[in-house]
Amino acid sequence: MSLKTHQLLKNKKKNILELWMKNQLADESLREDLISNDELRSQSEELITALVSNLSGENFTNLDSDEWSPVIEILGGIAITRARQGFSPRETGNFVFSLKEAILDVLQQEITSDPMTLFIESQKINRIMDNLSVVTFETFIKGREEVILRQTDEITEISTPVIRVWDGILALPIIGTLDSARTQIVMENLLQEIVETGSSIAILDISGVPAVDSLVAQHLIKTVSATRLMGAECIISGIRPEIAQTVVHLGIDLSNIITKATLASALAYSFKVMRLEVKKINTVSKF
Amino acid sequence: MDKIPILRMGAFLLVTIQVDLYDRLALNLEADLVQMVNKTSAKGVLIDISAVSIVDSFMGRIIGNIASMSKILDAETVVVGMQPAVAITLIELGLPLKGVHTALDMEKGMNLLKSMIDETEEEADEDEMSDDLITE
Amino acid sequence: MTLSLSKDTIQVLKEQDVVFLKNRVKETAVKIKMGLVNQTRLLTAASELVRNMMRYADGGVCIIEVVSSGRVNGVRLTFSDRGPGIPDIDAAMRDGFSTGRSLGLGLPGTKRLVNEFDIKSKVGEGTVITILKWANG
Repeated sequence: MSLKTHQLLKNKKKNILELWMKNQLADESLREDLISNDELRSQSEELITALVSNLSGENFTNLDSDEWSPVIEILGGIAITRARQGFSPRETGNFVFSLKEAILDVLQQEITSDPMTLFIESQKINRIMDNLSVVTFETFIKGREEVILRQTDEITEISTPVIRVWDGILALPIIGTLDSARTQIVMENLLQEIVETGSSIAILDISGVPAVDSLVAQHLIKTVSATRLMGAECIISGIRPEIAQTVVHLGIDLSNIITKATLASALAYSFKVMRLEVKKINTVSKF
Repeated sequence: MDKIPILRMGAFLLVTIQVDLYDRLALNLEADLVQMVNKTSAKGVLIDISAVSIVDSFMGRIIGNIASMSKILDAETVVVGMQPAVAITLIELGLPLKGVHTALDMEKGMNLLKSMIDETEEEADEDEMSDDLITE
Repeated sequence: MTLSLSKDTIQVLKEQDVVFLKNRVKETAVKIKMGLVNQTRLLTAASELVRNMMRYADGGVCIIEVVSSGRVNGVRLTFSDRGPGIPDIDAAMRDGFSTGRSLGLGLPGTKRLVNEFDIKSKVGEGTVITILKWANG
């Protein structure tokens, strides 16, 4: 970029900022609920200052050069925050696009006498701003991915509670789809708890599992086999009639596994194995 | 040095594996145990592997062998204290250790062995009784 | 895209080398904070492969690497030997196959324990097996 244009943009920084703010505030999709106008202004100002001071360099069109790293850092910071705050991609994109418009407008107003220069400089601004938009988007998406991954971790963490229903009997209700990552966590938690409590029976309740296909069945069989290797017994309960139907239709062999229709019958079975008895007490009235 | 001690307790033999077995040590154990079962006419073998962090297919095979060989010599084998990570790995490796009994700890393993021996003795008693009936 | 962060080459010729190798693999796994169950899977897989290498090829070389995919780290092990090679890899990768006196679960079982498994073999020249286990995979 020529020295003259650079100087010009530097001098007109305030105009660009005002114009940009005007563009942003005029936009109907402006999220005043997510970001205050003051905050938006300070974000915008920070970015413009970094950007304008960078326009003179030799490597001005090369985003990989070190000179650009402060700008990219600021932009990346803004994009990630917006991703976390729940801005849409369009809203985030408009942030950069409206800046481009503002700069181009100012150039147009200032360079009136020389259409050739205006064209060349506008081209350069276009190219660099497009590159910056790409960077913004990349960072924005990365921010969103991080949010998703964190949530996935949280969900798997909280969705596998192991309950001690009786001395020596554990229960683990599974709610939601059982995929292989989930099975890993279920299995590890269950086996660990078996060791810690010295429980000899574990009940895996699948009432909350929407469907059982051959893969899910494989996961269940794996968990049962691992439990047996440790020296405990694993009962699968909560099998709904439709699940029993699919299991048989798919030709899955569950004959080596103890299955019960309800958690209650699994518990009753466990009592029997442990030689325990639950009795109703006859309350004899004293009067 | 290259030996894992085998303890005798009544009709049972106890083995506690405290180190990760390398191949030669495992093969020695297999040979020693079978010898001991024969010599002491033990009724049960308890193998505690709670300190073992890795069981690969070779080790799994040795454990399976010990169980099958003891069975031929009329002794049951119970493996106790397998770590969760080891159990998961064995299943994924495709080694469910069929024919080997398992228990959570020594005490439960001992009870399991006792109940198994009681059952076989009862069966033997019944057999004798039925034999008597036939001879009479 | 995986990036190699560190590299360690270990010669495996004697039984002591096997113990040394397993310890190094364990150290590496602990260093990248691999969970206990995954550590056990990786070590068991390594144990299977190093045994094959000792039995069929009289030893070889193992390279231990820490790799990164950006988000997570993992351990990559490369076992290369100058043994007889495997004539039919497809058959060797089927459950129940063995030429030796084992259960024949070595390779397919090992594959189930790791995230990535790659095998290259040329009869008369040797075999290279690469496995990768992510810290949380």
